[in-house]
Amino acid sequence: MDINSIRSQFPIFSKKINGKPLIYLDSSNSSQKPLSVINSLDNFYKHEFSNIGRSIHRLAVNATNKFEETRMSIKNFINASSKEEIIFTKNATESINLVANTFGQKNINKGDEILITDLEHHSNYVPWHYLREAKGAVIKFAPINDDGDLIIEKFKELISSKTKIIAITHLSNVTGTIVPIKEIVEIAKKKNIPVLVDGCQSAPHIKIDVKDLDCDFYAISCHKVYGPTGVGILYAKKKWLEILPPYIGGGGMINEVKKNKITYAPLPEKYEAGTMPTAEVVAFNESIKFMKSIGIENIVRHEKELTSYALEKLKKINSVSIVGNPKNKAGVIAFTIKGIHPHDISTILDEDGVAIRAGHHCCQILHERLNLIATARASIGVYNTKEDIDKLCDAIENCRKVFSSK
Amino acid sequence: MDLKELYKDIILEHGKSPRNFGKCEKYTHEAKGYNPLCGDQVQIYLKLNNEKKVENLSFEGSGCAISIASTSIMTELVKGKTVEVAKKIIIHFLDMIKNTSEIKSKDLDEDQKTKIMSLSGVKQYPMRVKCATLAWHTLTSAIEGKKEEVNTEKID
Repeated sequence: MDINSIRSQFPIFSKKINGKPLIYLDSSNSSQKPLSVINSLDNFYKHEFSNIGRSIHRLAVNATNKFEETRMSIKNFINASSKEEIIFTKNATESINLVANTFGQKNINKGDEILITDLEHHSNYVPWHYLREAKGAVIKFAPINDDGDLIIEKFKELISSKTKIIAITHLSNVTGTIVPIKEIVEIAKKKNIPVLVDGCQSAPHIKIDVKDLDCDFYAISCHKVYGPTGVGILYAKKKWLEILPPYIGGGGMINEVKKNKITYAPLPEKYEAGTMPTAEVVAFNESIKFMKSIGIENIVRHEKELTSYALEKLKKINSVSIVGNPKNKAGVIAFTIKGIHPHDISTILDEDGVAIRAGHHCCQILHERLNLIATARASIGVYNTKEDIDKLCDAIENCRKVFSSK
Repeated sequence: MDLKELYKDIILEHGKSPRNFGKCEKYTHEAKGYNPLCGDQVQIYLKLNNEKKVENLSFEGSGCAISIASTSIMTELVKGKTVEVAKKIIIHFLDMIKNTSEIKSKDLDEDQKTKIMSLSGVKQYPMRVKCATLAWHTLTSAIEGKKEEVNTEKID
């Protein structure tokens, strides 16, 4: 894997931040975009733009074909059974809302239980909370240990005859915990409970094989996978998409509309109402090509090596505490520095061109569990290098200097 | 931009050893403030006497150096003032942070003005302005006896 050639594909890395090279360690928040993706957006709007679907003219046919090509690429990328199982949404948040809403309408009643975990991002809790409010459902939180690993035994104990769905993250955006989804799904299958996986963080960093995982739903945000904003993916087993009601109503998702009756379009259009982010979907195909050109195995290896290097270096700084120590950890490193609030860390690092995130990272439940109000978080993408980690550590050193200078 | 403009020694010192921290005795007013962007919280305790003078003022909470220092400096400056003067100081402080770069207050002496101006570096960091203003808005809420929690996302 040639890191220089990868970096050279990202125009943003030629930008200076405060007169210094950009050290981008906020990929869990959103990834940067390779030139091929940016060019695709530009090219589509300049030379190929048309709405997709109904129009007969050539531009529309071409746009529709390109849109569907991306769907096919995603199907292959995550190893879905058919392209009807790939639904385009706005982002993973909308994908989860789609499931919570439609599955909830049909299958959740008063007293029914939804099992989530302490690791969840707000987007895999709030949509279920709506069902708690609207339907009187009960949300149970499977606990984690201090390392940030799910306690599987406790998780099993929380499954009851009332559990209607399990919604769980594949990769924590705070502790970097890679959750053993296959094991979770096996447990759930024995009780016939469907599993939704929030794959927002995992999709850019580990190999996703939905057939192998055997999960029922899988949610992805394309902007974290080196793609444009405004596009998300919901993978769902066909059997669910066929029986669940539609979500957003409007044009494109109907079959026939009469004054007294409406029938819906077949899959996947049933779930894609209104004009979709066409250019963005088309451009996302370039993101997949980008990842494939490197090879997911190489991405995993590179990021693993970088994560180990970062952990080793950060642990040597006495005042730094790493949040969590999961068995299987991806390149998401939340940390605290004794006596310095994460917001102050982030402001000082930014002066050195180092972009990290500070706050609760939309995981207040997890922060409460870990007795933390906020943390600083450095997160790795395929374009990061050991030099980036060195710069991070230098910038942390500068933080301590600023705070001890009085 | 210079970090030293933001993290002046006085800010770091107040951030590390805040004044008037804790619940003051026999407080008559209290208010809570919350910054949902970072989860920072502040609780203001205010004791007003019969002449509507701030007899005591203290706070509890967690936050960054800017937020703690701003709260700490605020308690020092407002203590002993009448409610009317306190309100004016709050307006002048918010005006300094958001609009002008000077403190126009006639109710503060030169030392106090220097102290309050130590927070002016925040102006260069728009993302941090709310860290500095949370406590001041919360104090207004305490004075006015409002029950609702102050939320930095719901105020200008």
